[in-house]
Amino acid sequence: MRVQFLATDNWYDLRDLSNLSSAILDGLDKIAPQGVVYVAAALIGFVAAFLIFVLPSQLFVGVLGERKLIGRIQSRYGPNRVGPYGVLQPIADALKLLTKESLTPVAADRLVMYMAPVLFVMPAVLMWAVIPFGPNMIFADIPVALVYFLAISSLPVLASFMAGWSHNNKYSLFGAMRIVAMAISYEIPLVLSLLGVVVLTETLSLQEMVFWQDRFDIWLFAVQPLAMIIYFIAVSAELNRTPTDIAEAESEIVAGYLTEYSGMKWGLFYGMDIGYALGAAAFGVTVFFGGWTLFGLEEWVPAWMIFVVKVWAFYFLFIWTRGTLPRLRIDQLMSFAWKYMLPLALFNLLIICTERILWTDAFDGDKPFIYLFAIANIIFAGLLILGWARLLGYRPERTQTRPRMVQEAGGYVPVAPARGEGR
Amino acid sequence: MEGVGVTIAFWVLAALTLIAAGGVMVSRNLLHAVLFLIVTFIGIAGFFVLLSAAFLAMAQIIIYVGAIAVLILFAILLTPRAGRGNSETKFALPATLLAISLAAVFLFVIHDTDWEVVQEDPSLAANQLGEALVGTWVVPFEIASVLLTAALVGAIMLVRTPEEEAEDALA
Repeated sequence: MRVQFLATDNWYDLRDLSNLSSAILDGLDKIAPQGVVYVAAALIGFVAAFLIFVLPSQLFVGVLGERKLIGRIQSRYGPNRVGPYGVLQPIADALKLLTKESLTPVAADRLVMYMAPVLFVMPAVLMWAVIPFGPNMIFADIPVALVYFLAISSLPVLASFMAGWSHNNKYSLFGAMRIVAMAISYEIPLVLSLLGVVVLTETLSLQEMVFWQDRFDIWLFAVQPLAMIIYFIAVSAELNRTPTDIAEAESEIVAGYLTEYSGMKWGLFYGMDIGYALGAAAFGVTVFFGGWTLFGLEEWVPAWMIFVVKVWAFYFLFIWTRGTLPRLRIDQLMSFAWKYMLPLALFNLLIICTERILWTDAFDGDKPFIYLFAIANIIFAGLLILGWARLLGYRPERTQTRPRMVQEAGGYVPVAPARGEGR
Repeated sequence: MEGVGVTIAFWVLAALTLIAAGGVMVSRNLLHAVLFLIVTFIGIAGFFVLLSAAFLAMAQIIIYVGAIAVLILFAILLTPRAGRGNSETKFALPATLLAISLAAVFLFVIHDTDWEVVQEDPSLAANQLGEALVGTWVVPFEIASVLLTAALVGAIMLVRTPEEEAEDALA
């Protein structure tokens, strides 16, 4: 790790917010009885991460930015009525949701239906505990942070399932089944892609991964391009983002597991979907894009600012795919998980394990070889994706150049044969 | 781990786990039983944390809560007549007797074993665990996975209908 440029540990040095929090906690430790300081630490952590970063990001990047950008992508304005440029729209939305009536169907399982949104929120807060915002800004620097994150992110599926089941409504149940099936299928390539990163860096701690990327002056995205692509697709499938949101596909099953929710219960699901996407973005940035480092710039700019900007940039990828791609069908998504992403993730793991052994045994862990591996892996990733698509993929059906009705009515006029294989 | 907080956490977790386990038995609704079972799993993960085995705790949550509980939910969804209220069954009495005798055996073993108390922090790191699993204990590890695959294939064979068999014979 580099020496922090002019870094001090004075409480007013806001380049590292941990100074401020440790000053408060030290002061409190002297005057308050034992044990209070832990509660205070938890509260400070909650306020710092959730109220300063997550909630504003949810409101203004998640809700507003997403709607504005998707509006832009789809050639419309997006929200522009409440406040200048529509900035106050998320607040208006939240107020509207708070004042709406929460309906409960007569046949619903009331307790489960009531608990599901609450249980959906809890992991969204918990998962921020292991995300490093800066060199010292991490709540729980546990050695198994990566596994902790995976464990926590497997919990919201259960809440979604409870939501879908409790309504006693067939569309909700379809949504619940779909979300469970998706979670099982996409968890495997997700974990396998992250396993490659763990094999390379030889650590499960997210902070250590950031230090590794800082030490070798390379982002793991370059060494593990295939893993990053698999992570992005798998995580957006697990998060139910739009190209893969078949669990609440409104054109097929009303709103899936959210069908019977209204008011703030629905609002919690909606808001925390964005929270999970932000969490996945933060995790992806930490693992694949160098976390709070930016090739030395973190000595000049506060590390947490770099991190927040990177998270928003990663979140932009989610918005981009959401605005651009049409929704897929459930059989397409299932076969994509099992036939395409799982074998590619296994190949990726094989390649990275071989390289790791080569690197340790033959090259003594020399720094330049990692760049060689990066180039090789980018080529491998391209070849694997192309080869697998050639092997298992199918060409999209060509649209007929003449309307079918005309042909069937006999009004056939010979035209030049269609491009490629004509019908 | 030592301290007052750990003791409190132990008793809270123990109460939570036992109440949830009781809920699994008492609950008439199958899905409620599964939800109680999930709480039990999470409580056990909490015990692993108290024993300084953080990796095991996380693995417990990923595997039992994230995968096995979800699979049980799926099995319930796919089971016909898994209604909201389950009626009485004639197996209630034998099952209770079996459970009581099993509990007696466990209690007897736990009581009679001469438990060795480790003084220092065991600090079970994930890489040591991995080396043990695919190094020393690689054969049991692999046999377990073969067993699971066999169980999977067996389950698929068991639920096949004659119509599906006929379809496959034609294909």
